[in-house]
Parts: sequence; C-alpha cells; structure tokens
Amino acid sequence: MPFQISAASLGALFFQFLNSFGFIVLATVGLAIIFGMMGVINLAHGEFILIGVYGTALPYHAGVPLPIAMLVGVFVTTVFGVIVERAIVRHFYDRLLDSMVATWGLSLVVAQLLLIVFGSSLDSISTPLGNVDYGPFSSSVYRSILLPIVAILVLVGLYALFTRTEFGVKARATIKDPETARAMGIDTDRMYVTTFAIGSALAGLTGALSAPSLGSITPNRGGTFLVEAFVAVVVGGPSVIIGTLSAAGILSVFNASGSFFVDTFFGQMLMLVVAILALRLLPGGITGFIESWRQRRGAE
Amino acid sequence: MSSANTQTTLSRLRGLLEGPNTLGNSKSFWVGFVLAVTALAAYPQVTDPYSALQTSRYFALAFLAISLCFVWGYCGVLSFGQVAFFGISAYAFGIIGINFASTAGATVALFGAVTAGTFAAAVLGYFMFYGGVRDVYVTIMTLVVALVLNTFMGQTAGSEWAVGTARLGGFNGMTNIPNLTFGIVFQTVGFYYAVLFALVGTYLGLRVLLNSSFGMTMVAVREDEERTATFGYNVAFVKLVVFTIGGGLAALGGVFYASWGNYVDPSVFSIAFAALPVVWVSIGGRESLLGTIGATLFIERMRTGLSSGIGPIGPEWALVIVGGLLLAVILFMPAGIAPTLNELKNTILQRRSGRSPSGGPTEESIK
Repeated sequence: MPFQISAASLGALFFQFLNSFGFIVLATVGLAIIFGMMGVINLAHGEFILIGVYGTALPYHAGVPLPIAMLVGVFVTTVFGVIVERAIVRHFYDRLLDSMVATWGLSLVVAQLLLIVFGSSLDSISTPLGNVDYGPFSSSVYRSILLPIVAILVLVGLYALFTRTEFGVKARATIKDPETARAMGIDTDRMYVTTFAIGSALAGLTGALSAPSLGSITPNRGGTFLVEAFVAVVVGGPSVIIGTLSAAGILSVFNASGSFFVDTFFGQMLMLVVAILALRLLPGGITGFIESWRQRRGAE
Repeated sequence: MSSANTQTTLSRLRGLLEGPNTLGNSKSFWVGFVLAVTALAAYPQVTDPYSALQTSRYFALAFLAISLCFVWGYCGVLSFGQVAFFGISAYAFGIIGINFASTAGATVALFGAVTAGTFAAAVLGYFMFYGGVRDVYVTIMTLVVALVLNTFMGQTAGSEWAVGTARLGGFNGMTNIPNLTFGIVFQTVGFYYAVLFALVGTYLGLRVLLNSSFGMTMVAVREDEERTATFGYNVAFVKLVVFTIGGGLAALGGVFYASWGNYVDPSVFSIAFAALPVVWVSIGGRESLLGTIGATLFIERMRTGLSSGIGPIGPEWALVIVGGLLLAVILFMPAGIAPTLNELKNTILQRRSGRSPSGGPTEESIK
C-alpha cells in the first residue's frame, strides 16, 4: 500500500510523537534523578509508578474526584519511597550492581503483593478531556497535549529546584563530594532521603497521570514503564534534565514513526534497537558524549 | 605400585581442579561432592518418574545459572540477558529438530542450537566490549536485547512466521520440539542422567578453567580492568571470550529446556524469566559455581512445591518469598550464601586451631 502523506496524517504522526514523548519523559524523570544524582539504579521504578497508579485508582473508584485521587497517589508513592530508602536503598549507595539486584528483588515482591491484595486487575478509569478530531484521525487531548505539557513543566520545575534553590545547591554538593559537604555542615543523610523522595514523588506523579490512560490496571504493568524509563536514562546519560529531554525526544521519534507506519510492535522494537545502537555509539549516553566533546574542545 | 600411580593421578587431577578461585579445595569437600552426585544419581531409582522429570528441569535451568555465575561472578560482567542465548538456542533447537525429524537430525539440532546461542553471544559481546560499553550499560544492553527478542517472538503468531515446517507460534510458543538426542534418544530417566552427567562434567570443566591462568586473568579483569590492561592483557578480548563461553553454557541449558518440555515460548525472553538467573546466582553466591547450582535446585524446587500451595500460603506467594529471599541475602550476605558459609567455616577453624586454614591464599590473607 503506497502511503500518502497528507497534512492530517502528519498531524497524527506528530500527536503520536507527543504522546510517546510525554510518556517517556514522565516515566524516566524519577529514575533519572535517582540514577543521576545518587548513582543508584532503581529497578523497582516501574513498581513505584504502579503504586502511584493504584494509589490513584483505588480512591477514584471509592468516589474521590480524580485530581484529589491523583494527589493521594503521589503522596502514597512518596511515603513508600522514603520507607524503601531508609530500609533498603541507603545500604547500596556505593554498590551500583548490588543496588540493581536488590531493587529487582523488591520489584518482584511489590508486583506480586499488588496482585495478591488487589486481584488480577482494577477497573479502568476513563480518559478525561475527550478527543480532538482532524480529517480521518483523532487524538486524545489528555495523552497528546496535557501529558507532554506536564512533562515539560516537570523538567522546568526540576531545573529551577536544582539550580535556583538552596536545597538544590546542597543536594548537588552532597552528590559531588559527600565528605566535604558534611564538613560544610550539610546533613547528607537528609539530602539522600529528600532526593530519593523527590524521585519517588515523580514516579507517583507519573503513575497518577497514567492511571486514566492505561486501560485496565494490572500488576504486571510495571515492566512497561521500567523498560522505557531504563532505556531513556541510559541513552540520556548522567545529566538529568538534558539527558531525559534529548533521549525522550529521540526515542519517541522512532517509537512514534514505527508505530504509525507499521504497528506498535514494530515501534517498540525500533525504539529498543535504536537504544542499543545509541549505547554502542555513545557509551556514556548523549550527555556523556556532549560533556567529553566540550572537554576536548576546551583542551584545544 | 598401581595404587601409588592412582595416588599421583588423583593428586594431579586435584591440582587442576583446585585453586584460590573456587571454593571447596579440601578432601572432605570432594568426599561430600562424590556423595552428593551419587545421591542425585540414585534419586530416579527411589522416586517416581514425575519427580525425576521435574528435577531434570532444574538441572537444565542450572546451566543458565552457572552461565551467569561464570560471567558475573568471575569476570564482573553482570548480564541480565543470559536468557537471550538460552532462548535463541531453544528456538534454534526446535527449528532444526522439527525440520529434520530424525535421530541424526535431532543430534545435529543439538550442536546447531548450541552454536547459534554461542554465536549470538559472541556477536553481542564483540559489539559491546570492543565498543567500550561497560558496567551498568552492559547490564542494560543485555536486558534490552532479551526484551527485543521477547517483543519480536511475541508477534510471530501468523502462519507467515515459519522456518521450513517449524511454526514460531507467537505467544503460544513453538510445539513438537524433539527430545534430546545424541545418537540415541533420551527420555524421562534417560534424560535425567544425560543432563546430570552434562552438569557435573561442566562443573568440573569450569573449575579447571577457572583455576588455570585464564581463570586468573578473568578474576583480574573483575577486580580492576585498568590495572589488568596495564599488565598487557587485552581486557576486551578476555571479556569477549568469557561472554562467549557463558553464552554457550546458557545455550546448552536452552537445548535441555526445549527438549525437556518439547516446547518453548517467548516468555523465556521476558523480564520475569530474566530475573531468575540473577536471583539464583545472587542467593547461591556469585563466586561459587556449586552454591549457584544448589540455589537453583533449591529455589526451583521450592517454587514447584509452592505451586500447589502449602497450608494457608497459596501459589501466588512463591514470587514474594523468592523476591524477599533475594532482598534479604543481598542486604545481609552480599556475597551470597555459599561464600558466607565458607567464611564462617574458616573463622571457626581458625579459632579452633589458632592458625590460618589450609588451602590457597585468600584475599584477606594477602591483604
């Protein structure tokens, strides 16, 4: 079938891109903060998001209005994150590989407990805000417009938080050199907990925002979030904001065009293959590459 | 005269098998090892065929476990994608075996499948290690490779997805995979003995390899890549060889797995399945081949036991227990159970005799 590119189909492709972009940025940013700032890879990140989803869906089905239910979801996930940090993650700050294995164990436990407690699925929440129609296509306003905007706002907010506030300076000092930071009177333990809590809150936010767009809510959805987040974090590299933004941009271009021109299977595969190639060509991720390029230019 | 000869042959053999890189270098260890193997060999004679068949599946999975133990525990390459080579080999075994349905065909399939899995590992290893992909990025890349295969195989349900007469089958999987055949066909108890024999042989062979000079180089790469490179070793090459051997071990397990159930489906590439080798190896002890095998047999036996539920605890609790066990081991015994027990034994011996235990120099004594 020869494919005709019309304005409407280009628009559909663009909305598909926005949808994918918003999703990847939101799924990634919590993981990216914890990895970029603390050097811990949280393989239970998908389950953190899932807790946000459940924390939103359960109050919603109990009759709480959706925006308030979402706040509950964020709150529940943040509390869970703080508990996990104190009980488990703090033992692994200088053991990257062990942190991956331990959090993987955690993800098995959490996903299975969700299944045991809440059954094999929760009722879906209908997507608010309706659709925008153009030509033969239509796109969900919530997924293709609201979520990307929220994603960008989150990144801007994080940028401000980590560069413009006293907390941001202290947190970055703690990450850079914990010994010196302690000597300067910074409570590094508190910085770690707070940073992890922010990462968890963002995971909860992602879960809360995704709850109405997931369809049926099942305990095995964590894997979907994790893979996209994981891939975007390593493709992006150590710098949280630029890394997330650039990786999500690139990956969603491939994901969206693959899904649009062939099917969603192909979009998913194309994105993963691109991620593999990107890792091979830029072993430090996109921002690692930019960093080394700047250093080389500075040396010349 | 002849007993003196046997003595020297035995001690030479022990010299090959023993060294600082493996646990269990004492006479009592070998006595225990022989007893354990004898017990496993007697097991099908005293139990029903069903239990023996279940246990032979654990043996097949143990190959997957030791492949990860080998690359991660001894060379520091944490791969979440050993299941990829396991699965590639399982599918390759099915494709070749179904297309050439004869004794000779199935024997060829065995070799073809192991070659396919090993080759895949070599290609991926070359791609990664010669491209400067390291540490956590290796872990993620291997996982992503498994997930790509998972996604791909999942959509092969249509009849156009067939190699010769072998349908790939999408999520329903590939059926009618032949039995394990090596000249003769191995079934049930025969299969049990074939896989047990292969497992014991592989274990002993790996011990020889790990205690050879190549094994020392592997451990050097694990401990400090830069320093090893400074001494003139080609680190990328060492890692490639190790990764390829690891892929071969996983591939062998894949053949056993596919021929065990005459069936394979894309779940062998899934995150849930990819987690299992990491669980087995972390719990058993990543620097202990035997600990890893023991943990695999134990955990899989426990999972089977829980699948019918024990008392108030239903089958759905199996994963919670496995995950919790993993967490607890990583938190309290970061090296895994077998090395921790060994350490404990050494401390007790040391206290009792007031001198350092016999055997090779440990890392502590060098420090």
